[in-house]
Amino acid sequence: MSSVTEQQHDQAAHHDGHHHPAKGFKRWLYTTNHKDIGSLYLIFSLTMFLIGGAMAMVIRAELFQPGLQLVEPHFFNQMTTVHGLIMVFGAVMPAFTGLANWMVPLMIGAPDMALPRMNNWSFWILPFAFIILLASLFMPGGGPAFGWTFYAPLSTTYSNDNTALFVFAVHIMGISSIMGAINVIVTIVNLRAPGMTWMKLPLFVWTWLITAFLLIAVMPVLAGAVTMVLTDKYFATSFFDAAGGGDPVMFQHIFWFFGHPEVYIMILPAFGIISTIVPTFSRKKLFGYASMVYATSSIALLSFIVWAHHMFTTGMPVAGELFFMYATMLISVPTGVKVFNWVATMWRGSISFEVPMLFSIAFIVLFTLGGFSGLMLAITPADFQYHDTYFVVAHFHYVLVTGAIFSIMAGAYYWLPKWTGNMFNITLAKWHFWLSLVSVNVLFFPMHFVGLAGMPRRIPDYALQFADFNAIISIGGFAFGLSQLLFVVVVFKCARGGDKVPAKVWDGAEGLEWEVASPAPYHTFETPPEIK
Amino acid sequence: MSHAPLLKRLVVICVGMFAFAFALVPLYDVFCDVTGLNGKPSLEQAKQSTSVNEAREIDVSFTTHAQSGAPFEVQSHEYSVVVKPGAMREVLFRAKNTSNEDKVMQAVPSVSPGKAAKYLHKIACFCFDQQPLKAGEEVEFKLLFYVDTQLPEDVEELTLSYTVFDISRQIVASN
Amino acid sequence: MGKLSSTLWLILFVLPQQVLANNQFNMRKGVTDISNDVYQLHMTIFIICCVIGVIVFAAMFWALIHHRKSKGAKPAQFHESTKVEILWTAIPFVILIAMAVPATKTLISMEDASKADLTIKITGSQWKWHYEYMGEDVAFYSILSTPQEQITNQVDKSSTYLLEVDKPLVLPINQKVRFLMTSDDVIHSWWVPDFAVKKDANPGFINETWTKINEEGIYRGQCAELCGKDHGFMPVVVEAKSEQAFANWLSEAKQAKANAAIADAALLDQILPKEELMTLGEQVYMASCAACHQPTGMGLPGVFPALKGSPVVLGDIKDHIDVVLHGRPGTAMQAFDKQLSIKQLAAVITYKRNAWGNDTGDVIQPSQIQAAIDATSEAK
Repeated sequence: MSSVTEQQHDQAAHHDGHHHPAKGFKRWLYTTNHKDIGSLYLIFSLTMFLIGGAMAMVIRAELFQPGLQLVEPHFFNQMTTVHGLIMVFGAVMPAFTGLANWMVPLMIGAPDMALPRMNNWSFWILPFAFIILLASLFMPGGGPAFGWTFYAPLSTTYSNDNTALFVFAVHIMGISSIMGAINVIVTIVNLRAPGMTWMKLPLFVWTWLITAFLLIAVMPVLAGAVTMVLTDKYFATSFFDAAGGGDPVMFQHIFWFFGHPEVYIMILPAFGIISTIVPTFSRKKLFGYASMVYATSSIALLSFIVWAHHMFTTGMPVAGELFFMYATMLISVPTGVKVFNWVATMWRGSISFEVPMLFSIAFIVLFTLGGFSGLMLAITPADFQYHDTYFVVAHFHYVLVTGAIFSIMAGAYYWLPKWTGNMFNITLAKWHFWLSLVSVNVLFFPMHFVGLAGMPRRIPDYALQFADFNAIISIGGFAFGLSQLLFVVVVFKCARGGDKVPAKVWDGAEGLEWEVASPAPYHTFETPPEIK
Repeated sequence: MSHAPLLKRLVVICVGMFAFAFALVPLYDVFCDVTGLNGKPSLEQAKQSTSVNEAREIDVSFTTHAQSGAPFEVQSHEYSVVVKPGAMREVLFRAKNTSNEDKVMQAVPSVSPGKAAKYLHKIACFCFDQQPLKAGEEVEFKLLFYVDTQLPEDVEELTLSYTVFDISRQIVASN
Repeated sequence: MGKLSSTLWLILFVLPQQVLANNQFNMRKGVTDISNDVYQLHMTIFIICCVIGVIVFAAMFWALIHHRKSKGAKPAQFHESTKVEILWTAIPFVILIAMAVPATKTLISMEDASKADLTIKITGSQWKWHYEYMGEDVAFYSILSTPQEQITNQVDKSSTYLLEVDKPLVLPINQKVRFLMTSDDVIHSWWVPDFAVKKDANPGFINETWTKINEEGIYRGQCAELCGKDHGFMPVVVEAKSEQAFANWLSEAKQAKANAAIADAALLDQILPKEELMTLGEQVYMASCAACHQPTGMGLPGVFPALKGSPVVLGDIKDHIDVVLHGRPGTAMQAFDKQLSIKQLAAVITYKRNAWGNDTGDVIQPSQIQAAIDATSEAK
């Protein structure tokens, strides 16, 4: 695809007229600049976060009291489904891809991503995927209502005709993610500055490299799964239909073969961000760099052999249940190593509490809490009680909201001054943190209780004994949702102006990204830096 | 530095993993055969039994379920039989098309507990083939089976379930 | 000293125990040996997690408090220690093994293929459960009995709101009851927290699980797997009776079935008035049809067709009866021939043909339903 001559041509083109970005909309539409595309990804992600969040508000408003008040159950199911799809594929994954676009070339001393035109494509197909998905909500019959996990045959025989739109949208999201992942791998493998050896790579780069490999391994499997749903529904195949020799449980095996690595796709880059921020504000080198790399790799490898822990109730031979239980429990070892390393990094450091550090500390505590409930869920006999209850909802929101989202917030506050050249409004940002921290726990902590008490997930109405906690959860939800508007204000104000910052924004920060000016110039490292 | 070789390799991985998703379909069947996952028994004619364990008795019960909208009534003459492992046994099923149209029936067997699935061998079964039934037609189907002598010791009873589907429309669609 | 320590004791030990023993906060112990084992397992893992959490975060917060820049802390230089790293890889391993042992034990005790005293076949369908007492010739549907007015907040909700059904599953205590699960359409999951039994009902396959209830009582659960629009409205209610009471109940159920057959036969000669059919028809419609076709008969556009002005409902009576009896394969429209009595069928079809401005004036009698059933089974 890109031969040597083509590359030279590219460089020539750069020198001809692309030193400065074009003006207006065309700049963004045609851009191949990693910083522009990174910004596009991040803005898109924030938009999706707000849309998906609005759907969560609908869900929590309906669940505020027992009885049906606002929406009817079919629409409620569409909300839970699309909320999940948007948050996973529209908010968390594009946010990490955006951070990778911005930061990976800066961290490894590369002038840009390796495949800039593909980079442009991988972003610009994404909005169309979500326009298709969101548009299906307004069509007769509504959008997908079978959960983001789209279990067959609810998504095949028993879904409406708009399922084709869902399938098409997921295909586009998948292609976008795969292109993004390929780009990250090629960039990291081929474009490291001379002297940037593997074991000198910043940890964010390491975690993203591993994430990218997970992405190209499992996104095609998701594509396969949705293709089978499509052909089962419209072309009379019977992959998941017992009448034709298929098996609906096989859908779950294929889905979770994608789905479990997908979970780590959403958390490994978070580990990278936290491992970058904690040393900065502890003014001490990261403890156990090598073991962090090995732990990340082993989490990634283990993620391929634990998928069936999502399916203990489907009826599995006891040997299978034992295997998946042990394998799942094993994941807590490398994850534990990471938490211990972060604590050891802080230990006898010189700690200060800037906003990115606050989010990182909250991440460590609350992600670990989500890890504990994950360990409990791994215990097969207990899982029979936890499975498909609010306990699971609490678990994955702790790892995805106070885990992934908090790490993204931490990363955004950490690098925002580098991107804009301005310091954000610290007071507002601290308000954002403290309001989020309190409300997120009011929102998700009581979910453990209602789950243990027996409330199933994905229900629009519930028995009276769950009423008090659901009211509290909803109040937490509204407060958390509103708090995020503060984040939008902080980002917007920071982009507009603020106190100018030096190249090295944080005194304890290390890494190549702090050697370029703030804001980062449009082109950086056109001659590779020297690595000591 | 040229990116092409690495790019090619990564694209090959992607295409390979997409193909792998489909390869999971036959792999899953192999996996089911080996582990008895989901009680999915073999749909092929088994070999004859060679020995009989006179000392053990197993309760085998039968249940059928016509999937919603499948206009069939299928029922075994006996609710359950007691068999010795290795000994051949014949069970008759009465099947009826309760609609006023000609239909094609497909019975899908499932064995519980799942770990017993691979020890239930069928020599003759109406589930091996699609069964055309004329409107209102009533027929007797024969099931000839034996329980393997290797059946795990702790299994004292097992259930053979047939889910009956109306596949007339799929047949029309594929012709 | 005494006062302080007893207060501490209260806060640290008694209070958490009170809270954790409360069903509103914690998993219930349930009424089977297995559910008790599961509860103990849950508590063991929970407490281990708490202890680890307290140790790790105590260390972290110690560092956050004492190693602060504002207190003049100077950063140390260490950044690795093979010894420590091996240690904190090994210790979790040991803890995991300690957790895995009881978990494995409980799991194996759940796996019991010995002969059961009673087998119940549970079939899930959108959105009700069907129970069949295998070999006993007793079978019935179990449907949510909470009235629509409670769900739409027009009247006060009962204490068992959404957890009540018209006919509960009746089981004996102290006997091993085997459950065979399957489904008529999508995947459902049968869950009774008090038994620690949750198993998926997969269409085309059977799944097996079992329980042995120790105490009489009424136990309530719900469908746990998203199964479409009314997933939240298909509860499970189990009534556990003493062995003798159960035997009585079973023979009564058989008797009731025989009586119903006689009553049905008697209906064949009767002409029921339209008012009676409309009243009963509305009840049946609300219980069995309104979930999809809506109480207004308007359906949900693009999902469930409207009955108001529907060509089927306004068209030929025979075709209408045929659809209700046999459903539409490959759609959510179920076959109701086994679900409703001929009287209920006659009533609900009459209702549909006369409600919401479908003023056909048709009155369908039970005998017509019976004729339609006979016609299809005797055709040719």
